[in-house]
Amino acid sequence: MDLVDFLFFVEVLVGGLLSGIMYSLVALGLVLIFKASSIFNFAQGALVLFGALTFVLLTEVAGDFWMWTGWLAIVLAGAAALIMALQKLNVDGSAVKQFSDKYLPRMPIFIAAFVVIVLALFIDGGQNMWRAVFVTMLLFLMLTTAVQSPKWAIGVLLGLAVIALITDGAVTYRAFAVTLAVVIGLAMAIERIVLRPMVNQEPIILFMATIGLNYVIEGVAQGVWDADVHALDIGIPDIPFDFYGVYFSQFDLFAGLIAAALVTALAIFFQKTRVGRALRAVADDHQAALSVGIPLKNIWAVVWAAAGIVALVAGLMWGSKLGVQFSISLLAFKALPVIIIGGFTSIPGAIIGGLIVGATEKLFEVFVGIPFLGGGTENWTPYMLGMFFLMFRPQGLFGEKIIERV
Amino acid sequence: MDAAEAQSHETERVRQFKDLILEVDGVFVSFGGVKALQNVGFSVYKGEIFSIIGPNGAGKTSMLNVISGFYKPSAGSIVFDGRDRTSASPEQVARMGFARTFQNIALFKGMSTLDNIMTGRIVKVKSNFLKEALYYPARNDEVAQREFVEGIIDFLEIQSIRKTPVGKLPYGLQKRVELGRALAMEPEILLLDEPMAGMNLEEKEDMARFVLDVNDEFGTTVVLIEHDMGVVMDISDHVVVLDHGERIAYGVPDEVRTNKDVIRAYLGEH
Amino acid sequence: MFYREVGQYKSSYPADQAIFPLSNDRIGVMIILLIAFIWPPLSGSQYLMGPILTQLLVFGLAALGLNLLTGYAGQVSLGTGGFMAVGAFGCYNLVLRLPEIPIVIDFILAGLMAAAVGVLFGIPSLRIKGFYLAVATLASQFFLLWIFDHVGWFTNYDPAGVASAPTQTFFGALTGEGRALEFLAPIDVIVSGPNATPETKYVLTLAVVVVLALLAKNLVRGMTGRAWMAIRDFDIAAEIIGIRPLRTKLLAFAISSFYCGVAGALYVFTYVGNADTEAFDLIRSFTILFMIIIGGLGSVMGSFLGAAFIVLLPPFLNIVASNLGEGTLSGAALANLELIVYGGTIVFFLAVEPLGFARMWQIVKEKLRQWPFPY
Ligand SMILES: Nc1ncnc2c1ncn2[C@@H]1O[C@H](COP(=O)(O)OP(=O)(O)OP(=O)(O)O)[C@@H](O)[C@H]1O
Ligand SMILES: [Mg+2]
Repeated sequence: MDLVDFLFFVEVLVGGLLSGIMYSLVALGLVLIFKASSIFNFAQGALVLFGALTFVLLTEVAGDFWMWTGWLAIVLAGAAALIMALQKLNVDGSAVKQFSDKYLPRMPIFIAAFVVIVLALFIDGGQNMWRAVFVTMLLFLMLTTAVQSPKWAIGVLLGLAVIALITDGAVTYRAFAVTLAVVIGLAMAIERIVLRPMVNQEPIILFMATIGLNYVIEGVAQGVWDADVHALDIGIPDIPFDFYGVYFSQFDLFAGLIAAALVTALAIFFQKTRVGRALRAVADDHQAALSVGIPLKNIWAVVWAAAGIVALVAGLMWGSKLGVQFSISLLAFKALPVIIIGGFTSIPGAIIGGLIVGATEKLFEVFVGIPFLGGGTENWTPYMLGMFFLMFRPQGLFGEKIIERV
Repeated sequence: MDAAEAQSHETERVRQFKDLILEVDGVFVSFGGVKALQNVGFSVYKGEIFSIIGPNGAGKTSMLNVISGFYKPSAGSIVFDGRDRTSASPEQVARMGFARTFQNIALFKGMSTLDNIMTGRIVKVKSNFLKEALYYPARNDEVAQREFVEGIIDFLEIQSIRKTPVGKLPYGLQKRVELGRALAMEPEILLLDEPMAGMNLEEKEDMARFVLDVNDEFGTTVVLIEHDMGVVMDISDHVVVLDHGERIAYGVPDEVRTNKDVIRAYLGEH
Repeated sequence: MFYREVGQYKSSYPADQAIFPLSNDRIGVMIILLIAFIWPPLSGSQYLMGPILTQLLVFGLAALGLNLLTGYAGQVSLGTGGFMAVGAFGCYNLVLRLPEIPIVIDFILAGLMAAAVGVLFGIPSLRIKGFYLAVATLASQFFLLWIFDHVGWFTNYDPAGVASAPTQTFFGALTGEGRALEFLAPIDVIVSGPNATPETKYVLTLAVVVVLALLAKNLVRGMTGRAWMAIRDFDIAAEIIGIRPLRTKLLAFAISSFYCGVAGALYVFTYVGNADTEAFDLIRSFTILFMIIIGGLGSVMGSFLGAAFIVLLPPFLNIVASNLGEGTLSGAALANLELIVYGGTIVFFLAVEPLGFARMWQIVKEKLRQWPFPY
């Protein structure tokens, strides 16, 4: 092999590794959720799409959306304050108390309201007023059912109102802040409303439920916003970058840095914080964790929130590389072989698995697929690789070995 | 002490056996650092009721798992009817004539009582899937199996729950159905892991009666794990006692009952 | 009042094991089948026979195949589309290259090809289960479609990669003039290609599906079905009672893929008339999984109920939309609404009634049995 060939090989390899990092970003979300609740969240890809779509459309949306959002947030914050006041007045047997217990933070009411809003959006062809209702209601729903804290609801909604009505100039930051809240809200609401009530079901049933959720989120995302391809520019040019004769994509390098930062942040979070340590205990043994009084439910909420953040980051990276479009959620499927290879419970595994998948699919495509097989092999190489790992090392590279008992 | 020697102690209810059916010798099993079984050995005679007892975590279930081929011992051997079968898979073991029940019931939750017991006949059916797809070629076989199973249902007195999904049955009945499934296999050796755990007195008596009847009527050898000392001492021909993975006593019930190590192991527990 | 089991005693085990132990059910099913064979062809409605009923039957058959694997044997597969594609392109090439073979035998051979591929991709099930296996089956989905896309031979080098069903008669080319089976020519009919009537295609599909559904029902109520369910419910216990895990699982993969393969062949020959790989993509696999979740995991009839739901939902939404007035619901909005309804229904059924429509139907029957004296 002469030098030119070698440099080309290195270029392909590095390109593969860097694009693999993008899979790792999605895989991270899967691992987090799996560690905390043994749920294989198929809907992570839809969350990624939802995040990217929400962000890009919030940067494009017209002023009346923000006006509606701001005022609605204020109204809902008022409602939350009312709820709080009613709950404070918990004189036993009083009519007020009965009323607040009976009608206020009731999940079915909120779900029904949510369904009505989504339907209205569809019939109305995505008017900004209904979009605003959707965004504020989603936050309200999440805060009152998932977090169950009117105090938080008031804070977040007032924050939303401020952002919507006042920060006119900073389009990107405004969109990012609101998207972050909405994506976290959606992730937590999914956990609280759909998955937690199913906690005693078989893992495979939960898995299929997340496939259903995947469809719902995709449908809502595209219904609330739209299904067109949107360009997303987060300010990093995707130009090649010359390093001693080897060309790297600047954007991919940036994505790598983001992933590294994210992993470091997660690692610190899990090593140093109380919630993180609790999560590790939960991952080791649910029953034991419960019996020493670790509040599983709070942990689930935190983990889903974290998975929402990771999904948003992944969505922004994917979106700016490929444009925000439906196929993002399909590409996210490749995170599945990634965690199979890395192990379902290992954060470093998600990164290494992503690198392996990225490198393999690129090298195979360039050196075998295109010359000999007519190309397009990237469609299946990750899954074949995953299958072989499953055959020979079912727990993945970093997962714990599963011993069955009777 | 040797089991044959133990026989010579004449008590009123010691039965005589001559053929060995199962010889367990020098078995070691460990999980990471946990030594679940260390050099455990014993012999079971054809037609007897043999009990394995010991405090919690002693390694009783692990022993049963080794016998049924689910765990592979790191050393030692299992000889059945004179043939070494240490490395047989669970499914091969089942086809040799072993059947078992589980400490934590392992029924097929999505199926009825009848179907659960019918699964025990899978080792006996001769038809194949092509015949079954056409139904009529397999019908006689299916009816024969059904008749056999109905015999077991009558024996266990569970006619009324024949079509009930097993998940809906109370615990005691589930244990009974599990016994039925094992009996449907027409085993030579029946391995029972705490068949009476969690039952009330009446249910325990029923279960003990079934075990004795099976042993009596069909000559089935029974290997039993049980915590209820009264039952064990009453119905067993031989007993082996495990503690921390080691065999601490072995012999006829009367000897075991008075063994110092056994008393210590059980008292030390509390 | 009318739906009673009282007085219907089963005096023998065979009678007790019948598919429909109650004579009410037996007669009901006979009547439904009779209507299904006679009424749509008499009605002459192409829309009813083709896009509605034939589609329902074809996807119902694929769903039945998946249900044998997932609902009965407990092995979740996301590769249904790939196995359907094997049957579709396999059958296409058989008819194209060996026109002498009668079409029904083509269907069977196509099914067998899919079964062989299914066994190959079922091998990992020995070591892995649950969603691990589901992910591994994605490999078959993507790999198989890639092959059909990249090897032109499979579509006879069609530039667009589309396999169009050639004209074929029921007994095959041997009934042609001067050929061995010419004497059969008067009773032979064209069953595929542009000259086949919708009536023939519909009746042929219905016949194939009814026979295969009956065979499946026999399988699942016999020892094979019990072995599958045992593996599904508790694989370790199943092994300890003497069930051979590899054999049992591979048999499930083989038979399931056989059904999916025949469904794929029907898709090309009696339903659409042609197919490219897009017809069997991942979305298709999911749709079929949805059918069995909604219809009922582990139920032969549920597979068809679920297929009916999924097939009838889009036309139903269309009717709703057009009644709301032109333009209130755009095409894109309808497509998204469909996604939401599918997904929402899945979650609902999994959370509330994991046994789907089939179980609901049973509950209705229980109620009917007691009506009008519910105690
Ligand atoms: N699959 C396994 N993985 C890890 N450790 C195991 C496994 N099976 C058994 N052990 C360990 O081996 C030891 C013996 O367990 P075993 O279940 O055989 O005890 P036992 O005598 O049946 O107890 P019990 O009366 O509680 O049923 C225990 O310390 C147990 O934790
Ligand atoms: Mg035990």
